[in-house]
Amino acid sequence: MPSEKQQEYRDHPANETAEIQPDSELKENVDELTEDLDALLDEIDEILEEDSEEFVENYIQRGGQ
Amino acid sequence: MTKENMSVPTIIGTETEFGISVKNAREQDPIAASTLVVNAYKSRNIPTISWDYAQESPLMDARGFMEESQNPSVEDENNSVINDILVNGGRYYVDHAHPEYCTPECSNARDLVKYEKAGELILDLSRLAAEQLLLDNQEIIIYKNNTDYKGHSYGAHENYLMSRKVPFSDIVDGLTPFLVTRQIITGSGKVGAENGADDTDFQISQRADFFEKEVGLSTMVERPLINTRDEPHADSKLYRRLHVIVGDSNMSEFAIYLKVGITAIVLQLIEKGVVGKQFALQEPVAVVKSVSRDLSCKNKIELKDSRKWTAIEIQRAYLELAHQHLSSEERTSIVEDVLEKWDFVLKSLETDPMSLGQHLDWVIKKRLIDAYVARHDFKWSDPRVRMMDLQYHDLRPDKGLYARLLKNGHVERILTHEEIVHAIQHPPLDTRAYFRGTCLRKFPNEIHSVSWNSIIFNGPTGFDKIMMERPHFGTQEIVGELLNTCTVVDLVNQIRTDCK
Repeated sequence: MPSEKQQEYRDHPANETAEIQPDSELKENVDELTEDLDALLDEIDEILEEDSEEFVENYIQRGGQ
Repeated sequence: MTKENMSVPTIIGTETEFGISVKNAREQDPIAASTLVVNAYKSRNIPTISWDYAQESPLMDARGFMEESQNPSVEDENNSVINDILVNGGRYYVDHAHPEYCTPECSNARDLVKYEKAGELILDLSRLAAEQLLLDNQEIIIYKNNTDYKGHSYGAHENYLMSRKVPFSDIVDGLTPFLVTRQIITGSGKVGAENGADDTDFQISQRADFFEKEVGLSTMVERPLINTRDEPHADSKLYRRLHVIVGDSNMSEFAIYLKVGITAIVLQLIEKGVVGKQFALQEPVAVVKSVSRDLSCKNKIELKDSRKWTAIEIQRAYLELAHQHLSSEERTSIVEDVLEKWDFVLKSLETDPMSLGQHLDWVIKKRLIDAYVARHDFKWSDPRVRMMDLQYHDLRPDKGLYARLLKNGHVERILTHEEIVHAIQHPPLDTRAYFRGTCLRKFPNEIHSVSWNSIIFNGPTGFDKIMMERPHFGTQEIVGELLNTCTVVDLVNQIRTDCK
Protein backbone atom coordinates (compact mmCIF):
# COMPACT_ATOMS: atom_id res chain seq x y z
CA MET A 1 0.00 0.00 0.00
CA PRO A 2 1.33 3.44 -0.80
CA SER A 3 1.67 5.73 2.20
CA GLU A 4 -0.68 8.67 2.50
CA LYS A 5 2.09 11.01 1.48
CA GLN A 6 2.91 8.99 -1.60
CA GLN A 7 -0.75 8.90 -2.53
CA GLU A 8 -0.78 12.68 -2.26
CA TYR A 9 2.14 12.86 -4.68
CA ARG A 10 0.31 10.73 -7.16
CA ASP A 11 -2.87 12.76 -6.98
CA HIS A 12 -1.16 15.97 -7.99
CA PRO A 13 0.20 16.89 -11.38
CA ALA A 14 3.96 16.43 -11.26
CA ASN A 15 4.78 20.11 -11.68
CA GLU A 16 2.87 21.03 -8.56
CA THR A 17 4.42 18.36 -6.41
CA ALA A 18 7.90 19.55 -7.15
CA GLU A 19 7.23 23.21 -6.45
CA ILE A 20 9.52 25.19 -4.22
CA GLN A 21 8.41 25.13 -0.65
CA PRO A 22 8.51 28.18 1.57
CA ASP A 23 11.12 27.95 4.34
CA SER A 24 8.64 27.34 7.17
CA GLU A 25 6.98 24.46 5.39
CA LEU A 26 10.34 22.95 4.54
CA LYS A 27 11.36 23.13 8.16
CA GLU A 28 8.23 21.28 9.24
CA ASN A 29 9.00 18.60 6.72
CA VAL A 30 12.54 18.32 8.02
CA ASP A 31 11.23 17.88 11.60
CA GLU A 32 8.82 15.30 10.35
CA LEU A 33 11.67 13.64 8.53
CA THR A 34 13.69 13.45 11.74
CA GLU A 35 10.84 11.57 13.44
CA ASP A 36 10.40 9.26 10.51
CA LEU A 37 14.15 8.85 10.33
CA ASP A 38 13.98 6.97 13.63
CA ALA A 39 11.58 4.50 12.08
CA LEU A 40 13.84 4.22 9.06
CA LEU A 41 16.89 3.60 11.26
CA ASP A 42 15.01 0.67 12.78
CA GLU A 43 14.43 -0.61 9.26
CA ILE A 44 18.09 -0.17 8.40
CA ASP A 45 19.02 -2.34 11.36
CA GLU A 46 16.90 -5.03 9.73
CA ILE A 47 17.82 -4.66 6.08
CA LEU A 48 21.50 -3.71 6.14
CA GLU A 49 23.46 -6.55 4.56
CA GLU A 50 24.65 -8.93 7.26
CA ASP A 51 28.36 -9.22 7.70
CA SER A 52 28.94 -5.79 6.20
CA GLU A 53 32.68 -6.08 6.55
CA GLU A 54 32.95 -9.15 4.32
CA PHE A 55 30.34 -7.81 1.92
CA VAL A 56 32.07 -4.49 1.40
CA GLU A 57 35.45 -6.22 1.16
CA ASN A 58 34.20 -8.56 -1.58
CA TYR A 59 32.45 -5.88 -3.60
CA ILE A 60 35.01 -5.48 -6.38
CA GLN A 61 34.14 -4.12 -9.80
CA ARG A 62 36.15 -3.72 -12.94
CA GLY A 63 36.78 -0.12 -13.82
CA GLY A 64 34.31 1.20 -16.37
CA GLN A 65 34.10 4.50 -18.15
CA MET B 1 21.77 28.14 -39.45
CA THR B 2 22.96 31.72 -39.04
CA LYS B 3 25.68 32.80 -36.68
CA GLU B 4 23.16 34.89 -34.73
CA ASN B 5 21.17 31.76 -33.97
CA MET B 6 23.70 29.16 -32.99
CA SER B 7 21.52 27.38 -30.43
CA VAL B 8 20.20 24.00 -31.50
CA PRO B 9 17.12 22.35 -29.99
CA THR B 10 17.77 20.76 -26.62
CA ILE B 11 18.46 17.04 -26.89
CA ILE B 12 19.68 15.18 -23.80
CA GLY B 13 20.49 11.55 -23.09
CA THR B 14 22.27 9.74 -20.28
CA GLU B 15 24.23 6.48 -20.09
CA THR B 16 24.48 4.68 -16.77
CA GLU B 17 26.87 1.85 -15.93
CA PHE B 18 25.65 -0.19 -12.98
CA GLY B 19 27.65 -2.08 -10.38
CA ILE B 20 26.74 -5.77 -10.14
CA SER B 21 27.37 -8.51 -7.60
CA VAL B 22 26.06 -12.04 -7.06
CA LYS B 23 25.59 -12.85 -3.41
CA ASN B 24 26.82 -16.30 -2.35
CA ALA B 25 28.49 -16.94 -5.73
CA ARG B 26 31.63 -19.07 -5.51
CA GLU B 27 33.46 -16.42 -7.48
CA GLN B 28 32.39 -13.07 -8.87
CA ASP B 29 32.25 -12.88 -12.66
CA PRO B 30 30.79 -9.46 -13.49
CA ILE B 31 30.84 -10.05 -17.27
CA ALA B 32 28.81 -13.26 -16.95
CA ALA B 33 26.47 -11.63 -14.43
CA SER B 34 25.95 -8.57 -16.66
CA THR B 35 25.27 -10.77 -19.71
CA LEU B 36 22.83 -12.89 -17.71
CA VAL B 37 20.93 -9.82 -16.52
CA VAL B 38 20.73 -8.13 -19.93
CA ASN B 39 19.63 -11.35 -21.63
CA ALA B 40 17.05 -12.15 -18.98
CA TYR B 41 15.31 -8.92 -19.95
CA LYS B 42 16.07 -9.31 -23.63
CA SER B 43 14.32 -12.63 -23.86
CA ARG B 44 11.11 -10.75 -23.01
CA ASN B 45 11.49 -8.77 -26.22
CA ILE B 46 12.90 -9.31 -29.66
CA PRO B 47 15.81 -11.71 -29.99
CA THR B 48 17.32 -10.88 -33.35
CA ILE B 49 18.00 -7.16 -33.77
CA SER B 50 21.63 -6.09 -33.69
CA TRP B 51 23.37 -2.84 -32.83
CA ASP B 52 24.90 -1.21 -35.90
CA TYR B 53 28.48 -0.45 -34.81
CA ALA B 54 29.34 0.90 -38.25
CA GLN B 55 27.86 4.22 -37.13
CA GLU B 56 30.21 4.54 -34.12
CA SER B 57 33.53 6.34 -33.92
CA PRO B 58 34.40 6.73 -30.23
CA LEU B 59 38.02 7.57 -30.97
CA MET B 60 37.33 10.72 -32.96
CA ASP B 61 38.58 13.71 -30.95
CA ALA B 62 36.63 16.99 -30.87
CA ARG B 63 39.89 18.90 -31.22
CA GLY B 64 40.22 17.53 -34.75
CA PHE B 65 42.31 14.38 -34.70
CA MET B 66 41.56 10.67 -34.71
CA GLU B 67 43.13 8.22 -32.25
CA GLU B 68 44.88 5.38 -33.99
CA SER B 69 43.05 2.25 -33.03
CA GLN B 70 40.41 -0.05 -34.39
CA ASN B 71 36.76 0.94 -34.12
CA PRO B 72 34.89 -1.41 -31.86
CA SER B 73 33.49 -4.31 -33.77
CA VAL B 74 31.44 -7.10 -32.38
CA GLU B 75 31.03 -10.45 -34.04
CA ASP B 76 27.48 -10.96 -35.34
CA GLU B 77 26.93 -13.87 -33.02
CA ASN B 78 27.81 -11.81 -29.94
CA ASN B 79 26.12 -8.64 -31.05
CA SER B 80 22.56 -9.59 -30.26
CA VAL B 81 23.69 -11.38 -27.08
CA ILE B 82 25.04 -8.21 -25.51
CA ASN B 83 22.68 -5.64 -27.04
CA ASP B 84 19.02 -4.96 -26.41
CA ILE B 85 17.39 -2.12 -28.29
CA LEU B 86 14.40 -0.99 -26.31
CA VAL B 87 10.92 -0.07 -27.47
CA ASN B 88 11.22 3.15 -25.46
CA GLY B 89 13.98 4.15 -27.88
CA GLY B 90 16.79 3.46 -25.41
CA ARG B 91 19.55 0.87 -25.39
CA TYR B 92 20.43 -1.77 -22.80
CA TYR B 93 23.66 -3.71 -23.15
CA VAL B 94 26.81 -5.12 -21.60
CA ASP B 95 29.60 -2.57 -21.58
CA HIS B 96 32.92 -4.00 -20.40
CA ALA B 97 31.91 -5.67 -17.14
CA HIS B 98 28.78 -3.66 -16.35
CA PRO B 99 25.17 -3.62 -17.45
CA GLU B 100 24.58 -0.25 -19.09
CA TYR B 101 21.35 1.57 -19.85
CA CYS B 102 21.10 4.52 -22.23
CA THR B 103 18.00 6.66 -22.25
CA PRO B 104 16.39 7.60 -25.54
CA GLU B 105 17.00 11.14 -26.77
CA CYS B 106 14.88 13.55 -24.70
CA SER B 107 13.93 17.14 -25.47
CA ASN B 108 13.79 18.33 -21.86
CA ALA B 109 14.99 17.62 -18.32
CA ARG B 110 11.69 16.23 -17.10
CA ASP B 111 11.52 13.56 -19.82
CA LEU B 112 15.14 12.69 -19.13
CA VAL B 113 14.36 11.96 -15.46
CA LYS B 114 11.44 9.80 -16.57
CA TYR B 115 13.52 7.68 -18.95
CA GLU B 116 16.51 7.39 -16.63
CA LYS B 117 14.21 6.20 -13.84
CA ALA B 118 12.46 3.80 -16.27
CA GLY B 119 15.93 2.34 -16.83
CA GLU B 120 16.25 1.55 -13.13
CA LEU B 121 12.97 -0.38 -13.30
CA ILE B 122 14.23 -2.26 -16.38
CA LEU B 123 17.38 -3.24 -14.48
CA ASP B 124 15.31 -4.41 -11.53
CA LEU B 125 12.96 -6.43 -13.76
CA SER B 126 16.05 -7.98 -15.35
CA ARG B 127 17.43 -8.89 -11.94
CA LEU B 128 14.21 -10.65 -10.96
CA ALA B 129 14.13 -12.59 -14.25
CA ALA B 130 17.83 -13.52 -14.05
CA GLU B 131 17.52 -14.78 -10.49
CA GLN B 132 15.21 -17.54 -11.73
CA LEU B 133 18.29 -19.05 -13.36
CA LEU B 134 20.48 -18.99 -10.27
CA LEU B 135 20.87 -21.38 -7.36
CA ASP B 136 18.37 -20.82 -4.56
CA ASN B 137 20.77 -19.14 -2.19
CA GLN B 138 22.17 -16.74 -4.80
CA GLU B 139 20.97 -13.20 -5.27
CA ILE B 140 21.89 -10.57 -7.82
CA ILE B 141 22.41 -7.08 -6.50
CA ILE B 142 22.60 -4.09 -8.82
CA TYR B 143 23.89 -0.73 -7.65
CA LYS B 144 23.39 2.60 -9.37
CA ASN B 145 26.58 4.10 -8.00
CA ASN B 146 30.03 4.88 -9.39
CA THR B 147 32.64 3.09 -7.32
CA ASP B 148 33.61 -0.09 -5.47
CA TYR B 149 35.65 2.01 -2.96
CA LYS B 150 38.80 0.25 -4.14
CA GLY B 151 39.75 2.60 -6.94
CA HIS B 152 37.48 1.17 -9.65
CA SER B 153 34.99 3.68 -10.99
CA TYR B 154 32.21 3.29 -13.53
CA GLY B 155 30.38 6.13 -15.12
CA ALA B 156 27.18 8.06 -15.44
CA HIS B 157 27.59 10.00 -18.64
CA GLU B 158 25.43 12.80 -19.96
CA ASN B 159 25.10 13.78 -23.62
CA TYR B 160 23.97 17.11 -24.98
CA LEU B 161 23.44 18.07 -28.61
CA MET B 162 25.31 21.24 -29.52
CA SER B 163 25.91 23.32 -32.61
CA ARG B 164 29.02 22.32 -34.54
CA LYS B 165 29.75 26.04 -34.96
CA VAL B 166 30.77 26.47 -31.33
CA PRO B 167 34.56 26.13 -31.11
CA PHE B 168 35.48 23.30 -28.73
CA SER B 169 37.80 25.64 -26.81
CA ASP B 170 34.77 27.83 -25.93
CA ILE B 171 33.09 24.78 -24.42
CA VAL B 172 36.19 23.97 -22.36
CA ASP B 173 36.50 27.59 -21.12
CA GLY B 174 32.84 28.11 -20.34
CA LEU B 175 31.94 24.71 -18.95
CA THR B 176 34.88 23.76 -16.71
CA PRO B 177 34.14 26.11 -13.76
CA PHE B 178 30.47 25.12 -13.96
CA LEU B 179 31.14 21.36 -13.93
CA VAL B 180 33.74 21.58 -11.17
CA THR B 181 31.24 23.35 -8.86
CA ARG B 182 28.04 21.65 -10.08
CA GLN B 183 28.68 18.70 -7.73
CA ILE B 184 27.29 20.69 -4.75
CA ILE B 185 23.92 20.05 -6.42
CA THR B 186 24.55 16.80 -8.26
CA GLY B 187 26.94 14.85 -6.00
CA SER B 188 25.70 11.49 -4.71
CA GLY B 189 27.94 11.47 -1.64
CA LYS B 190 30.68 9.00 -0.77
CA VAL B 191 32.18 7.59 2.43
CA GLY B 192 35.97 7.90 2.32
CA ALA B 193 38.48 8.71 -0.41
CA GLU B 194 40.09 6.80 -3.30
CA ASN B 195 42.68 6.91 -6.02
CA GLY B 196 45.32 8.51 -3.78
CA ALA B 197 43.18 11.56 -2.97
CA ASP B 198 43.22 13.16 0.52
CA ASP B 199 41.44 11.08 3.13
CA THR B 200 38.04 12.20 4.37
CA ASP B 201 35.10 10.68 6.27
CA PHE B 202 32.52 11.76 3.72
CA GLN B 203 32.62 13.73 0.50
CA ILE B 204 30.03 15.24 -1.83
CA SER B 205 30.92 13.38 -5.05
CA GLN B 206 31.39 9.71 -5.92
CA ARG B 207 33.54 10.55 -8.95
CA ALA B 208 35.65 13.58 -7.93
CA ASP B 209 38.67 11.50 -6.81
CA PHE B 210 38.99 9.98 -10.28
CA PHE B 211 39.63 13.10 -12.35
CA GLU B 212 43.25 13.71 -13.23
CA LYS B 213 43.38 16.15 -16.12
CA GLU B 214 41.47 19.07 -17.59
CA VAL B 215 40.76 17.90 -21.16
CA GLY B 216 41.16 14.56 -22.94
CA LEU B 217 39.66 11.68 -24.88
CA SER B 218 39.94 8.86 -22.36
CA THR B 219 37.02 7.85 -20.17
CA MET B 220 38.68 4.94 -18.36
CA VAL B 221 42.15 6.10 -17.26
CA GLU B 222 43.44 9.58 -16.46
CA ARG B 223 39.88 10.78 -16.69
CA PRO B 224 39.47 14.38 -17.90
CA LEU B 225 37.01 16.99 -16.58
CA ILE B 226 36.04 17.72 -20.19
CA ASN B 227 35.84 14.72 -22.49
CA THR B 228 36.70 15.32 -26.14
CA ARG B 229 34.95 12.33 -27.69
CA ASP B 230 33.56 13.60 -31.00
CA GLU B 231 30.94 11.12 -32.03
CA PRO B 232 27.77 13.10 -32.72
CA HIS B 233 25.47 10.21 -33.75
CA ALA B 234 23.92 12.86 -36.02
CA ASP B 235 24.88 15.09 -38.95
CA SER B 236 28.47 15.97 -38.05
CA LYS B 237 28.42 19.10 -40.17
CA LEU B 238 25.69 20.59 -38.00
CA TYR B 239 26.12 19.03 -34.59
CA ARG B 240 28.42 17.84 -31.91
CA ARG B 241 27.41 15.67 -28.97
CA LEU B 242 29.03 16.91 -25.80
CA HIS B 243 29.89 13.89 -23.65
CA VAL B 244 29.99 14.89 -19.97
CA ILE B 245 31.70 12.24 -17.85
CA VAL B 246 32.28 14.13 -14.61
CA GLY B 247 28.85 13.54 -13.02
CA ASP B 248 27.68 11.01 -10.42
CA SER B 249 24.84 8.52 -10.76
CA ASN B 250 21.88 10.08 -9.02
CA MET B 251 19.05 8.32 -7.25
CA SER B 252 17.13 11.53 -6.49
CA GLU B 253 14.74 12.58 -9.27
CA PHE B 254 15.21 16.18 -8.18
CA ALA B 255 19.01 15.90 -8.54
CA ILE B 256 18.83 14.28 -12.01
CA TYR B 257 16.36 16.96 -13.10
CA LEU B 258 18.58 19.81 -12.00
CA LYS B 259 21.78 18.14 -13.24
CA VAL B 260 20.67 17.91 -16.85
CA GLY B 261 18.41 20.96 -16.70
CA ILE B 262 21.06 23.43 -15.58
CA THR B 263 23.78 21.89 -17.74
CA ALA B 264 21.64 22.21 -20.88
CA ILE B 265 21.02 25.86 -19.97
CA VAL B 266 24.73 26.58 -19.46
CA LEU B 267 25.52 25.00 -22.83
CA GLN B 268 22.97 27.33 -24.44
CA LEU B 269 24.77 30.25 -22.79
CA ILE B 270 28.06 28.98 -24.24
CA GLU B 271 26.45 28.68 -27.68
CA LYS B 272 25.31 32.28 -27.35
CA GLY B 273 28.85 33.35 -26.51
CA VAL B 274 27.94 34.91 -23.14
CA VAL B 275 30.10 32.56 -21.08
CA GLY B 276 33.76 32.72 -21.94
CA LYS B 277 36.81 32.71 -19.71
CA GLN B 278 35.35 35.00 -17.03
CA PHE B 279 35.08 32.21 -14.43
CA ALA B 280 38.30 30.35 -15.34
CA LEU B 281 39.72 28.58 -12.29
CA GLN B 282 43.34 28.54 -11.19
CA GLU B 283 43.53 24.75 -10.67
CA PRO B 284 40.32 23.01 -11.76
CA VAL B 285 41.57 19.44 -11.24
CA ALA B 286 42.55 20.16 -7.62
CA VAL B 287 39.37 22.17 -7.07
CA VAL B 288 37.08 19.31 -8.13
CA LYS B 289 38.49 17.33 -5.17
CA SER B 290 38.47 20.22 -2.68
CA VAL B 291 34.88 21.19 -3.51
CA SER B 292 33.90 17.54 -3.00
CA ARG B 293 35.38 17.72 0.53
CA ASP B 294 33.81 21.04 1.51
CA LEU B 295 30.45 20.06 3.02
CA SER B 296 29.78 23.71 3.91
CA CYS B 297 30.07 24.61 0.19
CA LYS B 298 31.56 27.91 1.36
CA ASN B 299 35.33 27.55 0.99
CA LYS B 300 36.84 30.08 -1.39
CA ILE B 301 38.08 28.93 -4.79
CA GLU B 302 40.74 30.91 -6.59
CA LEU B 303 39.92 32.11 -10.09
CA LYS B 304 42.63 32.74 -12.68
CA ASP B 305 42.23 36.50 -12.24
CA SER B 306 42.81 36.13 -8.45
CA ARG B 307 39.18 36.63 -7.43
CA LYS B 308 38.10 34.19 -4.73
CA TRP B 309 34.56 32.79 -4.96
CA THR B 310 32.69 29.95 -3.29
CA ALA B 311 31.20 27.11 -5.33
CA ILE B 312 27.76 28.56 -4.57
CA GLU B 313 28.81 31.97 -5.88
CA ILE B 314 30.15 30.48 -9.12
CA GLN B 315 26.88 28.59 -9.66
CA ARG B 316 24.94 31.79 -8.85
CA ALA B 317 26.92 33.68 -11.51
CA TYR B 318 25.87 31.14 -14.18
CA LEU B 319 22.24 31.35 -12.99
CA GLU B 320 22.30 35.13 -13.30
CA LEU B 321 23.63 34.90 -16.86
CA ALA B 322 20.77 32.54 -17.67
CA HIS B 323 18.25 35.05 -16.34
CA GLN B 324 19.84 37.79 -18.45
CA HIS B 325 20.32 35.96 -21.73
CA LEU B 326 17.72 33.23 -22.28
CA SER B 327 15.10 34.38 -24.79
CA SER B 328 11.39 34.10 -24.11
CA GLU B 329 11.12 31.16 -26.55
CA GLU B 330 13.93 29.38 -24.71
CA ARG B 331 12.19 29.88 -21.37
CA THR B 332 9.74 27.00 -21.66
CA SER B 333 7.74 26.08 -18.56
CA ILE B 334 10.28 23.37 -17.73
CA VAL B 335 13.24 25.73 -18.19
CA GLU B 336 11.48 28.27 -15.90
CA ASP B 337 10.95 25.54 -13.32
CA VAL B 338 14.61 24.48 -13.55
CA LEU B 339 15.72 28.09 -13.02
CA GLU B 340 13.48 28.40 -9.94
CA LYS B 341 14.72 25.17 -8.43
CA TRP B 342 18.35 26.10 -9.17
CA ASP B 343 17.81 29.37 -7.28
CA PHE B 344 16.04 27.56 -4.41
CA VAL B 345 18.90 25.07 -4.05
CA LEU B 346 21.60 27.74 -4.08
CA LYS B 347 19.72 29.74 -1.43
CA SER B 348 19.29 26.63 0.71
CA LEU B 349 22.96 25.66 0.35
CA GLU B 350 23.87 29.17 1.44
CA THR B 351 21.66 28.95 4.55
CA ASP B 352 22.17 25.31 5.54
CA PRO B 353 23.12 22.51 3.12
CA MET B 354 21.56 19.94 5.47
CA SER B 355 18.14 21.51 4.81
CA LEU B 356 18.19 19.76 1.41
CA GLY B 357 17.75 16.31 2.97
CA GLN B 358 14.81 15.53 0.70
CA HIS B 359 16.34 16.88 -2.50
CA LEU B 360 20.03 16.22 -3.07
CA ASP B 361 21.54 12.74 -2.91
CA TRP B 362 24.66 13.72 -0.98
CA VAL B 363 22.59 15.47 1.70
CA ILE B 364 19.94 12.72 1.89
CA LYS B 365 22.72 10.14 2.32
CA LYS B 366 24.73 12.23 4.81
CA ARG B 367 21.72 12.86 7.05
CA LEU B 368 20.85 9.18 7.07
CA ILE B 369 24.39 8.06 7.88
CA ASP B 370 24.83 10.82 10.51
CA ALA B 371 21.72 9.60 12.31
CA TYR B 372 22.77 5.95 12.12
CA VAL B 373 26.31 6.68 13.27
CA ALA B 374 24.92 8.69 16.21
CA ARG B 375 22.46 5.95 17.18
CA HIS B 376 25.06 3.18 17.28
CA ASP B 377 28.07 5.29 18.17
CA PHE B 378 29.93 3.97 15.11
CA LYS B 379 33.15 5.37 13.73
CA TRP B 380 33.06 6.55 10.10
CA SER B 381 35.56 3.81 9.32
CA ASP B 382 33.08 1.12 10.42
CA PRO B 383 32.26 -1.22 7.51
CA ARG B 384 28.55 -0.80 8.30
CA VAL B 385 28.89 2.87 7.40
CA ARG B 386 30.36 2.01 4.00
CA MET B 387 27.66 -0.64 3.62
CA MET B 388 25.01 2.07 4.09
CA ASP B 389 26.69 4.17 1.42
CA LEU B 390 26.61 1.25 -1.03
CA GLN B 391 23.14 0.11 -0.09
CA TYR B 392 21.73 3.60 -0.67
CA HIS B 393 22.19 2.79 -4.39
CA ASP B 394 20.78 -0.78 -4.25
CA LEU B 395 17.96 -0.97 -6.83
CA ARG B 396 15.97 -3.59 -4.92
CA PRO B 397 12.81 -1.85 -3.66
CA ASP B 398 12.86 -3.71 -0.34
CA LYS B 399 16.60 -3.33 0.35
CA GLY B 400 17.78 -0.09 -1.21
CA LEU B 401 17.99 2.73 1.33
CA TYR B 402 17.00 5.39 -1.21
CA ALA B 403 14.15 3.11 -2.32
CA ARG B 404 12.88 2.88 1.26
CA LEU B 405 12.98 6.66 1.67
CA LEU B 406 11.06 7.05 -1.58
CA LYS B 407 8.50 4.47 -0.56
CA ASN B 408 7.88 6.31 2.70
CA GLY B 409 7.46 9.63 0.90
CA HIS B 410 10.63 11.24 2.29
CA VAL B 411 12.23 12.41 -0.94
CA GLU B 412 11.13 15.05 -3.38
CA ARG B 413 9.69 13.69 -6.61
CA ILE B 414 9.53 15.14 -10.09
CA LEU B 415 7.30 12.40 -11.55
CA THR B 416 4.69 9.89 -10.55
CA HIS B 417 5.50 6.19 -10.45
CA GLU B 418 2.91 5.61 -13.19
CA GLU B 419 4.68 8.00 -15.56
CA ILE B 420 7.94 6.13 -15.05
CA VAL B 421 6.34 2.72 -15.63
CA HIS B 422 4.76 4.06 -18.83
CA ALA B 423 8.22 5.12 -20.08
CA ILE B 424 9.46 1.49 -20.03
CA GLN B 425 7.34 0.71 -23.09
CA HIS B 426 6.78 4.06 -24.79
CA PRO B 427 9.32 6.37 -26.45
CA PRO B 428 9.36 10.17 -26.06
CA LEU B 429 7.06 11.71 -28.68
CA ASP B 430 9.19 14.65 -29.73
CA THR B 431 12.60 13.26 -30.78
CA ARG B 432 13.81 10.65 -33.29
CA ALA B 433 13.48 8.09 -30.44
CA TYR B 434 9.78 8.11 -31.36
CA PHE B 435 10.60 6.78 -34.84
CA ARG B 436 13.06 4.20 -33.51
CA GLY B 437 10.84 2.95 -30.68
CA THR B 438 7.69 2.84 -32.79
CA CYS B 439 9.43 0.95 -35.62
CA LEU B 440 10.78 -1.56 -33.10
CA ARG B 441 7.31 -2.14 -31.75
CA LYS B 442 5.61 -2.24 -35.12
CA PHE B 443 8.15 -4.05 -37.31
CA PRO B 444 10.17 -6.26 -34.92
CA ASN B 445 10.71 -8.95 -37.55
CA GLU B 446 11.66 -6.59 -40.34
CA ILE B 447 14.51 -4.73 -38.64
CA HIS B 448 18.04 -6.01 -39.06
CA SER B 449 19.93 -3.52 -36.92
CA VAL B 450 19.73 -0.17 -35.25
CA SER B 451 22.08 2.60 -34.13
CA TRP B 452 21.39 6.01 -32.68
CA ASN B 453 21.15 7.54 -36.15
CA SER B 454 20.08 4.67 -38.38
CA ILE B 455 17.72 1.76 -38.82
CA ILE B 456 18.42 -1.04 -41.28
CA PHE B 457 15.19 -2.68 -42.40
CA ASN B 458 15.21 -6.17 -43.80
CA GLY B 459 11.91 -6.12 -45.64
CA PRO B 460 10.57 -8.00 -48.63
CA THR B 461 12.76 -5.96 -51.00
CA GLY B 462 16.03 -6.52 -49.13
CA PHE B 463 18.09 -4.29 -46.84
CA ASP B 464 17.19 -0.60 -46.61
CA LYS B 465 19.10 1.75 -44.38
CA ILE B 466 17.26 4.82 -43.12
CA MET B 467 19.48 7.50 -41.62
CA MET B 468 18.16 9.76 -38.84
CA GLU B 469 20.72 12.54 -38.81
CA ARG B 470 18.58 15.14 -37.02
CA PRO B 471 17.71 14.05 -33.48
CA HIS B 472 14.73 16.41 -33.19
CA PHE B 473 13.06 14.93 -36.30
CA GLY B 474 11.25 11.58 -36.52
CA THR B 475 8.72 12.85 -33.97
CA GLN B 476 5.12 11.79 -33.56
CA GLU B 477 4.09 15.06 -35.17
CA ILE B 478 6.16 14.36 -38.28
CA VAL B 479 5.90 10.58 -38.74
CA GLY B 480 3.09 9.50 -36.40
CA GLU B 481 0.39 9.27 -39.03
CA LEU B 482 2.64 7.53 -41.55
CA LEU B 483 3.75 4.92 -39.01
CA ASN B 484 0.16 4.26 -37.98
CA THR B 485 -0.85 3.02 -41.40
CA CYS B 486 2.17 1.87 -43.39
CA THR B 487 4.09 -1.32 -44.07
CA VAL B 488 7.90 -1.34 -44.10
CA VAL B 489 7.85 -1.13 -47.91
CA ASP B 490 5.51 1.90 -47.80
CA LEU B 491 7.66 3.50 -45.14
CA VAL B 492 10.92 3.11 -47.04
CA ASN B 493 9.31 4.28 -50.30
CA GLN B 494 7.72 7.27 -48.64
CA ILE B 495 10.99 8.34 -47.02
CA ARG B 496 12.85 7.84 -50.32
CA THR B 497 10.30 10.04 -52.12
CA ASP B 498 10.47 12.73 -49.44
CA CYS B 499 14.27 12.81 -49.63
CA LYS B 500 14.34 13.39 -53.39
